[in-house]
Amino acid sequence: MAVRKGATNVLNVIKIAARNLLRYKRRTLLVSLLIAIGVIFVQVFISGTAAYKNIIISQITDAMLGHIQIHKKGYLVSIENVPLNLNLKPHAVEKIEAGLKTIPEIDAYSMRLRLGGMISNFTETTNIRLFGIQPKQEYKTAPLLPGRILEGKSELESGQILVPSTLAKGMHLKVGDLIVIIATNKDGSVNGKQFVVGGILEAAPGPGGRDGYIHISDAAELLRLDDAEISEIALHLKNFKDIPNVYAQLTQKLGGELNKEGKTAFEIHTWEKLSPFANIAKMLDLMTVFVKIMLVTIVVISILDVMMMSVYERTREIGTIAAIGTLPSRILAMFITEGLLFGLSGVVLGNLVSYIIVRILQSMHITFSFGMREGLVLDPKFDPWSVTAISLIVIVISVIASVQPAFKAARLDPIKALRTT
Amino acid sequence: MESVSASGLSKDYQVGKLTVNALKNLNFSIGSGAFVSFVGPSGSGKTTLLNLIGCLDKSTQGVLSVAGVDVARLNRKQSALFRGENLGFIFQDFNLLPVLTVFENVEYPLLMVRKTPAADRKKRVLQLLEEVGMTDQKDKFPDQLSGGQKQRVAVARSLITNPKIVLADEPTANLDHKTAYMIIGLLKRMRDELNTTFIFSTHDPKIVGEAETIYTLEDGELNGSQERSDKRA
Repeated sequence: MAVRKGATNVLNVIKIAARNLLRYKRRTLLVSLLIAIGVIFVQVFISGTAAYKNIIISQITDAMLGHIQIHKKGYLVSIENVPLNLNLKPHAVEKIEAGLKTIPEIDAYSMRLRLGGMISNFTETTNIRLFGIQPKQEYKTAPLLPGRILEGKSELESGQILVPSTLAKGMHLKVGDLIVIIATNKDGSVNGKQFVVGGILEAAPGPGGRDGYIHISDAAELLRLDDAEISEIALHLKNFKDIPNVYAQLTQKLGGELNKEGKTAFEIHTWEKLSPFANIAKMLDLMTVFVKIMLVTIVVISILDVMMMSVYERTREIGTIAAIGTLPSRILAMFITEGLLFGLSGVVLGNLVSYIIVRILQSMHITFSFGMREGLVLDPKFDPWSVTAISLIVIVISVIASVQPAFKAARLDPIKALRTT
Repeated sequence: MESVSASGLSKDYQVGKLTVNALKNLNFSIGSGAFVSFVGPSGSGKTTLLNLIGCLDKSTQGVLSVAGVDVARLNRKQSALFRGENLGFIFQDFNLLPVLTVFENVEYPLLMVRKTPAADRKKRVLQLLEEVGMTDQKDKFPDQLSGGQKQRVAVARSLITNPKIVLADEPTANLDHKTAYMIIGLLKRMRDELNTTFIFSTHDPKIVGEAETIYTLEDGELNGSQERSDKRA
């Protein structure tokens, strides 16, 4: 019974608040439109930047980098030199693999042996950096890698090499051509091996995006490695959002492994530490925060302004309802409800129009290029979480913005209020 | 039983460095079911007195008892609750809420102040609208009514909570004479039916004549009272 009475009272407060808003139709429409425009701007911006970020991140991680990489401690700072003395030894790899198998969020992992050397087509010679890989593992870890093969086959067999397109172009290499790779071994001696160009590889954005690929057994042979050493283990997770969780698990599982100096034996890096695009992504996130701040400012200023005006214009009415016994708390509730309704109307209208705009953008198949990759299609999504978050922000800010005018109304002296004309 | 009693009631206002004695040492007593008018020229203190009785303001000195309660002791919230429980107000400018219909205006105190169940509310509102002859206008908004009709709605609103006292500050000032008499007649009829105490202020001599007790205020002082028992129905 009490609940029903309470609900009736709330409904009546809402009814009166709604009627007061409709009383000043033009003003209400203008403020609601202003809030709606702010919501549209934020939602479309978030959809666009999120779509852009997702494409680029997936290009970086799925085309080459992986979500997480594990190296021997100190490898990353020397990565440009491709240090063979910082490779992971078989017993270390075993320990890491044992840890990886206990983490169900990991979809696939790939052992890579990185090396630097010279490539020669018998008339020209230049520098090249290579990944020695197990193709099946690698293609699961970097699922977009086969898609980067512009010419030739994706099955990288022993004795074949995937040559980056820029190098192939400069050296006039075609699929089926013979080349020689010369590499310096760990002991300083030089070794060479002949390869057949198995494919021409499109460059990927980010570090390592212009490196070639050979089979890991060929890499070990070239470097005359007796043990099955590797440079890094790249991980692909089932869900991108699990990166922090898996990183934490890995840190916990492998953090206890110490080297001879008593320091941590391994270093674990997420894609953010490995790619400079992470900074661009952070900039986009920061811009989103600024856009949200702009929205909050729009909502605060417009609602505060219109509510102050409303209290000023309705002073006599407030005096009347106060005189006939309306409690200050109820007057407060009436005005806060008006602010809430402003926010709600702006949110509903804004989200509706945002949805339509996002659908239109989806249907337009807007393309852009990133690094050497062209024709990437922007696919903005209307994210329910973003809609909920923005809606809540606007509604809460609407209520907060109306608190001051509502307090002013509730605290009005009925006598002074009744005297106003 | 006394509805209102004042003893040594004074009210001072501070206007800059100047103290204005709006009411000076008033002593009076108004019985239950009385139909009382405070008369006097503009600035004599009528509205100030009604504000004190209506718990909208506090006296500077003296004791004021309204419906048996020393209203000087009430805080802001208690005053609001007291007004909602015991008092009805009729304003010179009608002061109906423009966003509510006639029915909703009359219903408002039951809804927002008293929290009466819906069925009882509807019954009571329709009954009062019938009494003031506004049933056929119940769905109209205030801007669709004449001054007299608005004041009839205001009368119904003031009585909807069955208050012990109804205060009316210049209730006929914005009405023509015919309508003014009609409204005063309506107030008296309602008093007769409900035994509510009506206290109103006016400076219209013709309307003053309709009161049963007339208190004259001049410069904040009570300058005599006049009983007109012949006016009681």
